[in-house]
Amino acid sequence: MNIDIKSADGIAVASLCGEIDHHNAKEIRRELDSFILSNQPKELSIDFKDISFMDSSGIGLIIGRHKLITECGGKLIVKNPQLYIKRVLKLSGIERLVKITCDKL
Amino acid sequence: MKIINEVKFSIPSLSVNESVARAVVSSFLIQADPTVEELADIRTVVSEAVTNAIVHGYRNSYGNIEVVVRILENNTIYIKIRDKGCGIADIEKAMEPLFTTAPEEERSGLGFSVMQSFTDKLSVKSIVGKGTTVIMRTKLKCHE
Repeated sequence: MNIDIKSADGIAVASLCGEIDHHNAKEIRRELDSFILSNQPKELSIDFKDISFMDSSGIGLIIGRHKLITECGGKLIVKNPQLYIKRVLKLSGIERLVKITCDKL
Repeated sequence: MKIINEVKFSIPSLSVNESVARAVVSSFLIQADPTVEELADIRTVVSEAVTNAIVHGYRNSYGNIEVVVRILENNTIYIKIRDKGCGIADIEKAMEPLFTTAPEEERSGLGFSVMQSFTDKLSVKSIVGKGTTVIMRTKLKCHE
């Protein structure tokens, strides 16, 4: 799992690369929580463009980060999920909680 | 239903083996010529069932997880994932969407919902203290 976080003026984008399952969700959670707590961003987008697999562990991961950043006064955005990840997102109903966006090509 | 081909393997209940199970099942199923979406769905349900065995079945212990995947006639895929862990006392409750016994680990409680939605048939058998067996069947589209 590769996590690259870029941040400017309180707006941050965390680009993830790899697969999200129960095993590596722990590492992503640690990295993102550490970033949120030390930087308190107004907005954090998690970019799923290079995520090739995600099961329901990813839903727990998104909900957990949404809770943390909301407590810190910011908001979470899910960006660029691929089609098969969208299926898991849709099943969870998470779009009622977190905004899902796609970059235009 | 006639078995065309089968793979059986056993993995220790280590979370790193979630991706191992997905990789073995994907490689085996390539011969059935699934679409990208069908293979993604199968990888997801295998990951959910193996994760359940690790997180819940072997919650306070370690053990082996047995995985059996069959390609049956009529383009049907059979998947069995079995653990000899603590078992599930109330299967109906466990299958309710968003029900989880591990919220502190950020488990979403969607594992069985995903298995149910992404396959044609899901069956869960469990005996407390003996373990849990999850069987899923899904029919692939024919690619002529």
